[in-house]
Amino acid sequence: MHLAYPAVLAALLFSIGLYGVLARRNAILVLMSIELMLNAVNLNLVAFDVWLRDTVHAGQALTLFVIVIAAAEIGIGLAIVLLVYRNRGTSDVDKLTDLADREEKAEAAA
Amino acid sequence: MTVTTLAVLVLLLPFLGAAASLLLGKRAPGFAQPLAVLPTAAAFVLAAIVAVRQGSGPATDSAHRLTPTGSVPIDIALHLDGFAVLIAVLVGLVATCVQLYSTGYLRDDPRYVSYSALVAIFTSAMFLVVYTGDVMVLLVGWEIMGICSYFLVGHYWETEVARSASIKAFLVTKLGDVPFLIGLFALATDAGTFRINGILTAATHGELHHPTLVALLLLAGVAGKSAQFPLHTWLPDAMAGPTPVSALIHAATMVAAGIYFVARLLPVFETSAAAMAVLAVMASVTMIGSGLAALAQDDIKRVLAYSTIGQLGYMAGALAVGDRSAAVFHLLSHGAFKALLFLAAGSLIHAAGTNSLAAMSRMDGLGKRAEDAMWTMGIALAALAAIPPFSGFFSKESVLRAAEHASGGHTAHIPSAVGWTVLVAGLVTAVLTAAYATRLFLLAFRGQGAQVPDHGRDPAVMNVVLWVLAIPTLGFGMVSLVPKVFDLPAWFDGEELAPTLVTSVLGVGLALVGVVTMYGAWQATAARRRTPAGAVVAASAAAAEPALVEEAALELPPAGKAADPGDPGRLLLGPLHRPAAAGFHLDAVYSALFVRPVLAAASLVRFLDREVIETYVRGTGAAPRLLGAIVRRTQTGNVQTYLSVLLAGSVVLAVLVAVGA
Repeated sequence: MHLAYPAVLAALLFSIGLYGVLARRNAILVLMSIELMLNAVNLNLVAFDVWLRDTVHAGQALTLFVIVIAAAEIGIGLAIVLLVYRNRGTSDVDKLTDLADREEKAEAAA
Repeated sequence: MTVTTLAVLVLLLPFLGAAASLLLGKRAPGFAQPLAVLPTAAAFVLAAIVAVRQGSGPATDSAHRLTPTGSVPIDIALHLDGFAVLIAVLVGLVATCVQLYSTGYLRDDPRYVSYSALVAIFTSAMFLVVYTGDVMVLLVGWEIMGICSYFLVGHYWETEVARSASIKAFLVTKLGDVPFLIGLFALATDAGTFRINGILTAATHGELHHPTLVALLLLAGVAGKSAQFPLHTWLPDAMAGPTPVSALIHAATMVAAGIYFVARLLPVFETSAAAMAVLAVMASVTMIGSGLAALAQDDIKRVLAYSTIGQLGYMAGALAVGDRSAAVFHLLSHGAFKALLFLAAGSLIHAAGTNSLAAMSRMDGLGKRAEDAMWTMGIALAALAAIPPFSGFFSKESVLRAAEHASGGHTAHIPSAVGWTVLVAGLVTAVLTAAYATRLFLLAFRGQGAQVPDHGRDPAVMNVVLWVLAIPTLGFGMVSLVPKVFDLPAWFDGEELAPTLVTSVLGVGLALVGVVTMYGAWQATAARRRTPAGAVVAASAAAAEPALVEEAALELPPAGKAADPGDPGRLLLGPLHRPAAAGFHLDAVYSALFVRPVLAAASLVRFLDREVIETYVRGTGAAPRLLGAIVRRTQTGNVQTYLSVLLAGSVVLAVLVAVGA
C-alpha cells in the first residue's frame, strides 16, 4: 500500500480535529476533536513505522504511549467539563472567559 | 587637682547637668531646677578657682591627640591664660545668674527643662570656646552655641515673631560661618597646624602666605557671631527669645565669642593691614549706626540689643587698633552690666506688661512697682553710658586710650588713620550711648499717666540676681585698676589700661552732653506724651509666671512702630528717625540681595520639578499604561482565540522556515 493513503487520511483527520478545536462551541466536542488530532498522529506514527521498516518499532511503541496519555487526558477533561456544567449549567467554551483582562476590573483594582 | 583638670571639669559640669536634666526632667520635675542651677554654679566656682590658680602667670597648655587625621592634626587642647580664665569667670557668673533668674522667670514654663538644658549646653560650649587651644575644637563650641541660640530664640515658637527670628539668627550667622570655616582651613593649611599657639608662631614669623584673604574670611564669621555691620541684623530680632536668653547669649557671652576669637588670633589679623582697616571701618560703622538705631527703637529689648551691637563695636575697634587687653577688658565689664540690663529689663517688662517704651512712658509708678529693677538698671545704664566710677567708664576709656595711642601713630602695624577712625567713631558713639541710655531710663521710669496695672511681684530670686550683677557693674572697673588689689594689666598683655586725662575728660564730657541733650528733649516732648499709645498686656492673676507677660507682649501689635510723637529720640534724630527705627533698612537690602533671589531660585526649582521632571516621570508611567491597554484587548479569555493565534503563528513560522530552507 502506498504511503500516500494513510498520510492523506491522517492529514484530513488532523484538519478536521483542528477545525473542531478552533470552531466548536461545545467543550465535549472540542475534546472529541482533540482525540481526532491525536489519532491522526497515531495513524502517521504507525504508517511511517511500517514504511521505514523500523526494527525496534519505535512508532508503534510511541502510539501506545499516545493512546494511554489520550485516555488519561480525556478522563480528566471530561471530569472538568462535567464540573463546569454542574456549576454553570453550560459547557459552551465561548462563555468560559473568566480569565479575560477587562479594563474596568483592572482599574478598580488599581 | 591640676588647673587643667579643673578646667576640664568646668567644661563638662554644665554639659553633664544638661544631659541629666534632659533624662530626668520629665520624670522628676523636682530635680529640674537644682540640675539646672547647681552644675552651672559649680562650674562658676571652679572657673574662679582656675582663674586664681592660673593668675597672671605664664599660660598653661595641655593637649591630647585622639587620633591622627592624616593631614593637619586636630588636638583636644586647652590653653589657659589671663584672657581665657577671666572670660570664663564672666561666663560662669552670667550663666549662674541667668539660671537662677530663670528659676523665677520661667518657673511654670512647660518647656523649662529643655530650656535650662539648652542654656547649660550653651554655657559648656562657651567655656569650650574660651578654654580651647585648637581652632577646630573652638569651631565645635562656636557652632554648638549657634544652634543653641537658634533653639533658645525660638523658645516661644508658638509666636510667628519668635519662629522667624530664630531662623533669621541661624541663617545670618551661618552666612558668616561659611567663610569662617574656609578661613580656618586656609589658615591651618598655611600654618600647618590647628593649634592656636602654632598659628600664632607662624603668624609672627610671617609664614602665612595669604594673610589678608584669611583674615577677611575669618572676619566674616566674627561679624556674624559678634553682630557687627553688615551681619548684625539678626541680633535685634533675636530679642524674641526669653529675656534671660537675651542676657546670656545676646549680651554677655555668645556675641563676645567673635571678639574673643579675634583677640586670641590678633597676631594673624595684624599681619594684614587691610584686614585691620576693614575691622576698624566695620567697628566704626557698627558703633555709630547702632547708636542711632538704638535712639529710635521703641522696644526696650531692641534698644538694649542695638546697644550690645554698639558695645561690641567698641571691642572690635579696640582690636582694630591692636589692643586686645582693652577689648577684653571692655568685654568683661560689658558682659556683666549688659546681662544686668537685660535681666532688669525682664523684670521691668513683667511689671509694665509691655516692652514698648512708648507705652511705658505713659505709665505712672513703674519705678515704684519695680524698684530693684529701677536701681540696678540705673547703675547698669550709667555703666553703659561710661559715667565714672562705674565699670563701663574704665573699660571704655581703655578702648579710647588705645585708639588715641594708635591715632598718634605710636602703635606698631597700625596706621594712624585707623586709630583716628576708631577714636572719632568711639567719641561720637559715647554721645549717642549716653543719649539712648538716658532716654531708656527716663521713658521707662519717669512716665506719667495712668497707674501701672499690677502683674504681681517678681520672685525674690530675680531681684537678688540683679543686685549680684550690680556688684561687678559698680566695682569691677575701679578694682581692676588698683594694682595692689587686682592687677588686671598683668593678667593680660601688660599694656596700660588706666584712663588718661585727655580721653577721660573728652569721654565723660561727651557722655554728659548726651545725657543733658536727651534730658532737654525729654522735657520738651513731655506735653506730647499725654495721649495714650499702644496696647498693654492686661493684668493677670498675681501668681502668674513673669515670662508669660513677656510672651503675651510679643503678640501685641507693634505700638510704637507707627512713631510716637512723645519720643525724645524722634525730636533729636529728626528726619533720621524713620530709617534708624527700621535699622537703616538693612533688612530690606538683605531681602533684595539674598531673600528674593533665593525665593526666585526656589520657585524656579519648584517649576522645574513640578512641570519638567514630573512630566518625564508621569510619561514613563503613562506610556506603558497605554501599551498595556492595547495588549489587554487581545486577552479575551476565549481559549479558542488564543489557539487560533497560536496556529497562525506556527504556520507563519513554518512558512518562513520553509522559504528560508
